[in-house]
Amino acid sequence: MAAVNAGIARPGQARKRLLRALHYGAVILLIFLLLTPLLAFLFNAFSFRWFYPQLFPNELSMRAWESTFAANSKVPEALLTSTILAVGVTLSSVIIGLPAARAMGLYAFRGKRVIEFLIISPTIVPGIAVAMGLNINFIRWGLSGNLLGVGLVHLVPVMPYVVLVLSGVFANYNPEFEQQARSLGAGTLATFWYVTLPAVFPGIVVASLFAYLISWSQYILTFLVGAGQVITMPVLLFSIASGTNNALTAAMSLVFVAPSILILILTARYLSGKSSAIGGFGQI
Amino acid sequence: MTLWDRWRIPIMLAPTMSVIIFLFIGGLIYGTMVSLGWQPLIGRTEISLRAYQNILLSGEFTEVFWHGLVLTIWVSVGSTVISAVLALMTALLLRRTFVGKRLATFLYQLNLPVPHVVAAIGILFLFSQSGVLSRTGAQLGVISYPSDFPVLVRDRYGIGMMLSFIWKEVPFIGVIVLAVLQSLGVDYEDLARSLGANRWQRFRYVILPLVMPGVLSGSILVFAFTFGSYEVPAILGVRFPRTLTVTAVRFFRNPDLNARTEGMAISIIISIIVFFLVLGYMWLSRRAIRQD
Repeated sequence: MAAVNAGIARPGQARKRLLRALHYGAVILLIFLLLTPLLAFLFNAFSFRWFYPQLFPNELSMRAWESTFAANSKVPEALLTSTILAVGVTLSSVIIGLPAARAMGLYAFRGKRVIEFLIISPTIVPGIAVAMGLNINFIRWGLSGNLLGVGLVHLVPVMPYVVLVLSGVFANYNPEFEQQARSLGAGTLATFWYVTLPAVFPGIVVASLFAYLISWSQYILTFLVGAGQVITMPVLLFSIASGTNNALTAAMSLVFVAPSILILILTARYLSGKSSAIGGFGQI
Repeated sequence: MTLWDRWRIPIMLAPTMSVIIFLFIGGLIYGTMVSLGWQPLIGRTEISLRAYQNILLSGEFTEVFWHGLVLTIWVSVGSTVISAVLALMTALLLRRTFVGKRLATFLYQLNLPVPHVVAAIGILFLFSQSGVLSRTGAQLGVISYPSDFPVLVRDRYGIGMMLSFIWKEVPFIGVIVLAVLQSLGVDYEDLARSLGANRWQRFRYVILPLVMPGVLSGSILVFAFTFGSYEVPAILGVRFPRTLTVTAVRFFRNPDLNARTEGMAISIIISIIVFFLVLGYMWLSRRAIRQD
């Protein structure tokens, strides 16, 4: 059979090899195009006196990093503010969203479609109108220019994804295990801690990932409600983005992005194939 | 039916719905009132459509608004369509089995957590007149000075903004498509192949209809986001025309509290446009999918 086919298999084989080479070429080009902007940050961050038209910096230096973490730098404080904000928003969004997700995932009830529509509507209405509208009330209520007010506004883009992710988990959850635990004498708290929480834990990880990422990268809501008092990393970065110190801008960008990439890598195994959750990346 | 059974679901929904109702809907309603001239803090309580008239019809901001609207639609629709097409192509590219597929897929998704502020700065590094691309041109002898390089960022046509959005959104829609492709397996295609369908037919009549809902839902999120995005046009835009979001924020931040009304009105117009375009698009695409 092989001997009979040998004569005609050759051109087919060559064509296959060419297609494979083309495929590899296309993949490499794609990855190259996607990575170049990120590589540009690395080059810039370690560059010093990188004059035109040098393609690569002739002098490498840690200057940008030194000034990023210098005593008079605003970066450490901004990192702290961003972290407090993102952690606070993440924790509160999961606590707020968990019961709603359970209701959406487990039960059928009248008006469910309307509730669902209302919960996802912040994903399609730009946050700018909401933040401007709240801004004036927040000034009156003392919520403008502080972390509490900014955190509250961050909840608006975060909640749809938290509820979406968690309700997906509850849709495959069997509440009868809770009844069994109760009939064996477990209290409400023990049932939640030992039965419910472990079952929905993977969902909580994914929901927290998106809550953190959306809050961490939020600029305009922080800017409008923070009124120049709440300086997070994106606010600081935006203020120097149009400046001329590329090395400093690049170093600060890397400091800003690194935690997000790290957290994504650490939680990647919980993320696979959850297509409803992936939508959260669109808000970053 | 006990009292708890009756009230269980409303109570479970209450915390999330308070965020949606008081912050989201409340913010929109209050914003609408401000856009109608209602500013009790500075003693103005009469309601009027003056701001909308100034913006839409025959006021001092009409030109700024309509040029801004054209730019905003051009940038958001352009970025969305190009991203969706490239996402589909690249997802198909990464779907085939090959050595290094895991690494390639990982690198493909690497920019997903990168915020748009950073994406805009990256585009500046690459495409500005003294950026990496311009330097490459100079090294190759194609150009001699930075000023020979075409203006691709902070340009009138929003090219820089589109580059920035496309860089961010191709992997975003691509990952959604990859997730759909993964769940499909290869059974349908094998079946089509055994029935004699060629490569193009397998794509057009088997894969495309199956991934289309994913592409469309991803595109909706991308369109809504790019239309209302602020950081990217603020960093990569020019003074005229400005996108609607940038104009709205400028007006809103104006020390003159009267300009607030106009800024708020533009934001409300942005929300209305996005909301209805998305609804219309969803309706049309559902109909198109049903007919396919």
